[in-house]
Amino acid sequence: MAKQWVVRGRWCSFSVPVASLWMLALITAVTLLVLLGSLMLGDSLLSPQAVIEALLAPASSEYGFVVETLRLPRILMAAMVGAALALSGLVLQSMIRNPLASPDIIGITSGASAAAVLFLSLFAGLGIVWLPLFAIAGALLAALAIYVLAWRGGVTPMRLILVGIGVSAAMGAVTTLLIAVSSTATSITAYIWLTGSVYGADWQDVQALAPWWLLTLPLCIFLARRINAQELGDQLATGLGVSVQPLRLTLLGLSVLLAAPAVAYAGAVGFVGLIAPHIARRLVTRSFAMLLPATAMIGACLVMLADLMGRTLFQPLDIPAGVFVSAIGAPFFIYLLYRQRF
Amino acid sequence: MLIPYQARSLRVGLLLLSAVALLVSFMVSVAFGQYAVPLQSVWTSFFHYDPNSIDHVVVHTTRLSRAVVAVAVGSALAVSGVLMQTLTRNPLASPAIFGVNAGAVFFIVLFAQFFSVSELNDYLWIAFFGAALAGALVYGLGAMGHDGLSPVRIVLAGAAISALFVAFTQGLLVIGQEGLDSVLFWIAGSVSGRELDVVMPVLPYLGGALLAALVLAPHINILLSGDDVAKGLGQNTLLLKVALSVLIIGLAGASVALAGNIGFIGLVIPHMVRAFVGNDHKWLIPLAAIWGASLLLLSDVLSRFVLLPEEVPIGVVTALIGTPFFIYLARKGRKHG
Repeated sequence: MAKQWVVRGRWCSFSVPVASLWMLALITAVTLLVLLGSLMLGDSLLSPQAVIEALLAPASSEYGFVVETLRLPRILMAAMVGAALALSGLVLQSMIRNPLASPDIIGITSGASAAAVLFLSLFAGLGIVWLPLFAIAGALLAALAIYVLAWRGGVTPMRLILVGIGVSAAMGAVTTLLIAVSSTATSITAYIWLTGSVYGADWQDVQALAPWWLLTLPLCIFLARRINAQELGDQLATGLGVSVQPLRLTLLGLSVLLAAPAVAYAGAVGFVGLIAPHIARRLVTRSFAMLLPATAMIGACLVMLADLMGRTLFQPLDIPAGVFVSAIGAPFFIYLLYRQRF
Repeated sequence: MLIPYQARSLRVGLLLLSAVALLVSFMVSVAFGQYAVPLQSVWTSFFHYDPNSIDHVVVHTTRLSRAVVAVAVGSALAVSGVLMQTLTRNPLASPAIFGVNAGAVFFIVLFAQFFSVSELNDYLWIAFFGAALAGALVYGLGAMGHDGLSPVRIVLAGAAISALFVAFTQGLLVIGQEGLDSVLFWIAGSVSGRELDVVMPVLPYLGGALLAALVLAPHINILLSGDDVAKGLGQNTLLLKVALSVLIIGLAGASVALAGNIGFIGLVIPHMVRAFVGNDHKWLIPLAAIWGASLLLLSDVLSRFVLLPEEVPIGVVTALIGTPFFIYLARKGRKHG
């Protein structure tokens, strides 16, 4: 057994393998670098000193406006969205014990998408500020539908998967149908929303999204040890004193609370929820205490990088971040798969 | 384990009933549409073709090819779905996970932009080539592990390769918009627009692949009990897995080439059939083929009527009529292995 520290508390406990700590430090460093790089690059190229100056004293700095008002909220938004979707995927993969599970395949994202497209094609007159609310409601409804339909004196991972596929397919069909019947202008808006973008994000959006973290992050940490036990299978988990059914409902709720606001504000950014947990698993040990920060940071990096590419590579076009997420994530993951042949 | 159709006689009955349903769906698909053809004329048009009769011309020029494509694609998708879920031991796996859809679409956009291929029928082979290439890549990555073809690796490799090809496609579309029109057919999926003489040459291969899947069924049943047990019983599991992969890529690749990206059937029909006959592939494969074909035929008919005068993408109808039944079965169903 590799050397590890164990943290035990009344409400939470983790094992922290020492070897993984180095990898975690590396991931943190990379995340900070990506953050700094995103602040530097753009229409105008800034030096690191200029960025730091602008961050510390935005009023006196020449670039205060560019950094503080244009770039920082957008980058923070990308980071939060990426981290939230990645964690949602991690929670779902652990709960369902299936490596293909992610908020997109289980129907949470598609519920939000269907609601958003419904809003865009029928209720757009209310004003765009209502769109996130619709999307969150759609995601919650879809998750509720999945849970209720999968309930038969308890919920098994298998039934959740099957019902999730079904609900996801139905929502996808509704979305396509709505796009097919609505006007071209609406369809284009809907398509951009479906790809996912943090274009034009401002501090208001950041303020709207940040409070969700106060709710979800403590919940993630609190549930960590139960998630570890749950992954061993229902019988073993029950034997270890985990009440499986309430935990399952909590985890599903947690994954919705993570994914729904992110999707609501940035659109259906795909692939992060699926791939970030797998990248994390290949870099650090499978202990949830290590996976949690690693997954969140990898997700944040992926979406920040994708957005950076989207706004710099094809100037003056601003390509939705969702387009580049897989362009960055997939090759890296394929490399990891290739490297770990044996 | 509770399998409703356990007795042999019940299963034969179910198979016959399904076959009749398929035949009826086929006739309905040929007869109904914007222009209704009386069933009698459908019948006579097969045996006494009269080029002067409008009914006969409609049947032969548009309806028949649609119905044939629907049957071929529906059965191929459903069977490749069965094989895929068995090979990867993952109920979430669908033939698209082998990367075939993403690969096909990428090559179509590539050729549309740089080689200005415009004939829909030329795309058939380009699409098939793309599907096969992506499938081979996924297989290669999935089989590279020390334990041969591991289910988790292949599923993850498939998800990654699919995402990569989708990203390439989006990149190409960003650079030039010309590809967009040619892609729509493949992204939405459709069984129309193919002429019968283009489809016909593909059919023997599809039929052969379906037959091969049926022949392999007893071996697949043994593989299902786990690699170690199967090896202990003298099975060459590696050879069987390679054969299954080739069949899946062939069946799913041909479907994508013929009709574009039609989801749902490959993922859901296998689960529906399993709810009736369990995991015995000798029954699972033929029933899945028939149900897949029937569902696609009926969806095609409905897609002509839902939003007159426009046609709804067939995938939408498939999902809308399939989902309620699927969720009912998932709720009621036995526990899968």
